[in-house]
Amino acid sequence: MSEETLTIKPYLKAPADGDPYLEGQKCDSCGAISLKERMACAKCGGRDTVKPTKLATTGKLHAFSIIHRAFPGIEVPFISAIADLDGGGTIKTNMVGIDADPDKITLGMDIQVAFQTAPRKDADGNEYLTFVVKPAA
Amino acid sequence: MGSEDVYITGIDMIKFGKFLDRSIASLGAEAALGAMDDARVTINDIQALYSGNLMAASGMVGQQIQQEIGQTGIPAINVSNACATGATALREGYIAIRAGIYDTVLAVGVEKLAGAGMLGGGGGAPKGLHPEGLLGSGSMPCVFGEAGMAHAKDYGTTFEQFAQISVKNHHHSTMNPKARYQIETPLEEVMNAEMISYPNTKLMCSANVDGSAAAVLMSEKEMKKRGLQGQAVKIRASVLTTDPWTDRDEVMPDVNTCTRNAANQAYEMAGVGPDDLDLVELHDCFATAEVLHYENLQLCGDGEAGKLIDEKQTWIGGRIPVNLSGGLLSKGHPIGATGIANQYELAMHLRGQAGKRQVEGAKIGLAHVIGLGTCCGIHILEGPSS
Repeated sequence: MSEETLTIKPYLKAPADGDPYLEGQKCDSCGAISLKERMACAKCGGRDTVKPTKLATTGKLHAFSIIHRAFPGIEVPFISAIADLDGGGTIKTNMVGIDADPDKITLGMDIQVAFQTAPRKDADGNEYLTFVVKPAA
Repeated sequence: MGSEDVYITGIDMIKFGKFLDRSIASLGAEAALGAMDDARVTINDIQALYSGNLMAASGMVGQQIQQEIGQTGIPAINVSNACATGATALREGYIAIRAGIYDTVLAVGVEKLAGAGMLGGGGGAPKGLHPEGLLGSGSMPCVFGEAGMAHAKDYGTTFEQFAQISVKNHHHSTMNPKARYQIETPLEEVMNAEMISYPNTKLMCSANVDGSAAAVLMSEKEMKKRGLQGQAVKIRASVLTTDPWTDRDEVMPDVNTCTRNAANQAYEMAGVGPDDLDLVELHDCFATAEVLHYENLQLCGDGEAGKLIDEKQTWIGGRIPVNLSGGLLSKGHPIGATGIANQYELAMHLRGQAGKRQVEGAKIGLAHVIGLGTCCGIHILEGPSS
């Protein structure tokens, strides 16, 4: 009797029997990878050409910003990171395991994806699985 | 009849500020009356009203403005396109005149944004867990912080270089009586201001203000009939693009590709190149954004934006002055109005009426806006020949 794990985004999969992973939507026709499921391929307009694909858990840091003034209830500072995953797909999430200091963060550095329980719950008190990136081991 | 040139024959903006006791309609109406007076027309001469506003987009702002200045039964088209709203409203008027449907239209952009706080990222909690602060931040300072850092990744652009944009635009605004803020901000002050989202400090974020701007557009035939050649600014290009699919666009809004596409189309439509521009008003929603657009608008080659900054080429008196109005950073960014207010700035220079910040002999200007979500509006304007 296991409840389905709630995940922060539909593209974060948490199978009952296996590790969590990020799923992309890849177009057979043009190769574009999207995180969100769409009605057609957003790059080429292909109909019924898009299939799910498991995304890599390694990649490189493409860009970041460090938030110092956030919305109420959000602890600062934190790093907002854009990471290109090996093999395709780009994600945006918090970067952890490194000082929130621009001099310590190297653009282009190797990162890895990690999955963890989100530090806050939804309005109904439910817990969610989320993902972050951190410096590659 | 149709496919003639279109001219801005009257244009105005109110001094941007904080107007707690004024309605959107009253602010929009003030700019509208100013533009019509400038064009020497009345509401009875206007054949269609294009009203741009974002925050009250469902509120029939065009009709509310008509109730302030004259309900003549003309079509009112309510336009919203994020920060490209004003440019989109003006462009719709341009298209209708080009199509030969009207000779004289009015485009108004208005917004009440003072006190709005940080935009993006926090709104409308959906069912489930809002990802703000968990999957990075969707706030505008962060989105444009990331965009700036992507430029830093490729070209080594520094925090100081980004900050210099703010120094420049605040300096320019001291010469613009209609700017919300008219205060010098030295480099140290910009860099030491409260960090909002690295590398954007508070002084590197556009000012949320209330404001409005309006323009009267006429066909060439109408302009000549009324003898307005001396003040008529020709619209050499009016372009709107959205963001085509690019690999990172889904998580990192691509403000570059849509701008490049719009710029190429605008230069081709106008039959001019970036070297022909005498001044530019571009979308400095954040200091980091301006840097990107130097290259996106071909004011310099890719990777050369840092050099432009270091050599002060975009300052008043420089090779290609950018944001002499003070830009969104210092003049202010009342979203719906910005896309017309930046054309007001161009028109002032092109008509020789820009006072202390006048670019001598200005003949051609380019106005650029980006609406996140995403779209890009570019207009190229030419001054009166006489």
